[in-house]
Amino acid sequence: MTAEVSLGALGLHRGGHLLLKQALRALPVGGRLVVRGSDPALSVHLRAWCRSQGHRLDLGAAPTITRGAAEVGRWQGAQRAGSLGEPVAHPQATWGLAARGARVEAGGPAFAFPLSDKDTVWTDDAARIYAQAAAAQWDPATAIDWDAPFELPDDVEDAVVQVMTYLIENEVAALLVPSRFLTKLHPHFREVAQVLAIQAADEARHIEVFTRRAGLKRQELGLSTTGGQASLKTLLDEPDFALASFLLSVLGEGSFLSLLRFLQAHAPDPVTRQVARLSAQDEARHVAFGLAHLRRHASQEPGLLSRLATAIERRHDALAHTAGLNEEVFDALVLLAAGSWAPADLARGFDRVVALKEDMDAGRRLRLQRLGFSEAEAARLSGLHTRNFM
Amino acid sequence: MSSFVLGAVAYDPKVVTIWEGFKTWFATQGFDFDYVLYSNYESQVEAHFDGAFDVAWNSPLAWLQSVRIAQGTGRSASGFCMRDSDQDLTSLVVVRADSDIQTLADLRGRSVGVGAPDSPQATLIPLLSLQEAGLALGEDVSVRVFDVLFGKHGDHVGGERLAARALVAGEVDAACMIDGNHLVFSAEGTLPADGTRILHQTAPYDHCIFTALDGVDEETLARFRALLMGQRYDDPVVRPLLDLEGLKAWEDGRTEGFAQLDRAVDALSFDGAAAVRDFIARVVDKNQAGG
Repeated sequence: MTAEVSLGALGLHRGGHLLLKQALRALPVGGRLVVRGSDPALSVHLRAWCRSQGHRLDLGAAPTITRGAAEVGRWQGAQRAGSLGEPVAHPQATWGLAARGARVEAGGPAFAFPLSDKDTVWTDDAARIYAQAAAAQWDPATAIDWDAPFELPDDVEDAVVQVMTYLIENEVAALLVPSRFLTKLHPHFREVAQVLAIQAADEARHIEVFTRRAGLKRQELGLSTTGGQASLKTLLDEPDFALASFLLSVLGEGSFLSLLRFLQAHAPDPVTRQVARLSAQDEARHVAFGLAHLRRHASQEPGLLSRLATAIERRHDALAHTAGLNEEVFDALVLLAAGSWAPADLARGFDRVVALKEDMDAGRRLRLQRLGFSEAEAARLSGLHTRNFM
Repeated sequence: MSSFVLGAVAYDPKVVTIWEGFKTWFATQGFDFDYVLYSNYESQVEAHFDGAFDVAWNSPLAWLQSVRIAQGTGRSASGFCMRDSDQDLTSLVVVRADSDIQTLADLRGRSVGVGAPDSPQATLIPLLSLQEAGLALGEDVSVRVFDVLFGKHGDHVGGERLAARALVAGEVDAACMIDGNHLVFSAEGTLPADGTRILHQTAPYDHCIFTALDGVDEETLARFRALLMGQRYDDPVVRPLLDLEGLKAWEDGRTEGFAQLDRAVDALSFDGAAAVRDFIARVVDKNQAGG
């Protein structure tokens, strides 16, 4: 079979090889292609190009390429990396970074993605949660009225700064945990990777706005305690994706949802109320994703609930010797909610913090029951949750 | 039982990747293969005659050096496999498009940039064209050497690229390069579009070739050769190795494609060729004295 291609004045150094490839693809291996063209270097470049591509070249009256087998050989044994819409149960390590649904050349390197089992990572809700998150991104520079006028008593401002200091270190943990699992997740589970990535971006933004609020009137931040960091470290140390997202998203960020709503309602200044409101929107998505993939996981793995329960108990035991929520944060929350040192205000602030803890507990019990725990078990496990909230 | 050992020149860090890959693959075929790397072809050729390894992956010039040393010492060298991409290369003499140089003879009184002094493709073979066109090198035409990685026989592209840049910058009147690099330099813009003209294209010649000396274990050599020739580009395990080494298929070795270089080594009035002749004489002497 012989075909002909005309390159006109186009040389191989300026894209002429595309026309050659297109024409050769239409020929069987061994088929012949007569090349016509007027580029002065055409025959020189044809010789070099054919040699590099594994084609034979005969230079006669008109250069003629005989198609070699290399291109066909390269794609023998190639495999589709699943389909565009639906992940497979066990994506192959050699699919690597390829887009889901791409045709992957055989013989590629095997990537080590420990999270490559659909049952342990997937939820059909991931695409929806990611889309919501992408649509709900907000710009800290414009979404918050940083110039809103307010003046707080010095001690109340200090209390706000202490709470911000506490929030920042908790959000750093919430940034690092999904980021670490993102690097372990097989990219085949694209939507889950996107959720984890945007979750990390959310936390980066939260860190920014809490820091900015803390620095609004003060040059120095508040206290960071050993107990608080010890509690957060247990989250970073948890190597299991299900257990880490259970402890962080379902229990920790779930409790934080109550805290942020508390700040949104009771903070003494408009800027704090705004940053709390916007951050709470994001945290609600994080909790929803954690619940969604753990519910699916629990339906696939009957033993998961008991593993989750054990994780809470283990963490509780590990933290039993620590002080729990540091006094400075607790007192700061009371003063922040009180707004002044007046005894009546302090009493009201105290009651609000007590109500906050009850709200956190109620939320945790509800979410534990959604995962499949009995009411009694949910109540027991919620009671074991870290006193540091996150 | 000891390994069948290949000698190769480390002209680039990827050489380690290539031969480690081959070693692993040969092991999967039940063939005990190892390799030793040299920093230059002269050391490799000399070590080959010292019996340091079984077969050499030789540049065309190292092949000729081996053949001549074998001839001078009563031994024999044979070439047995080459890449499909080693066959039918040509070299070019390139001038600026607006140059008044129309023939090789017009280079009289001008300068030509070449690659490394021991590069067959970028120096020795194109200079032979100039000399055979009646130009006395260094007298009728000045030769400017762009010496990158001497001893690597031009395996590294750097010297050719420097010569091409010097041509474009007006520092030399002509530059020599292999046809494939002309395509690369034109596509990447080192040679500006329509800014240069091909003055001369040499006759086709061949490039690298596996080399064995007499005394090699013929049975093991045959097995090595059969395994190489059996490597197929549609095998996903082998393909990355072939891609790294720049071939689609192994071909039987042929030695008639080295005739131009053979002439260049004998005839060129050029330091690079003289150094080759001196090297051959020295190793012949050494082996005769030792033998």
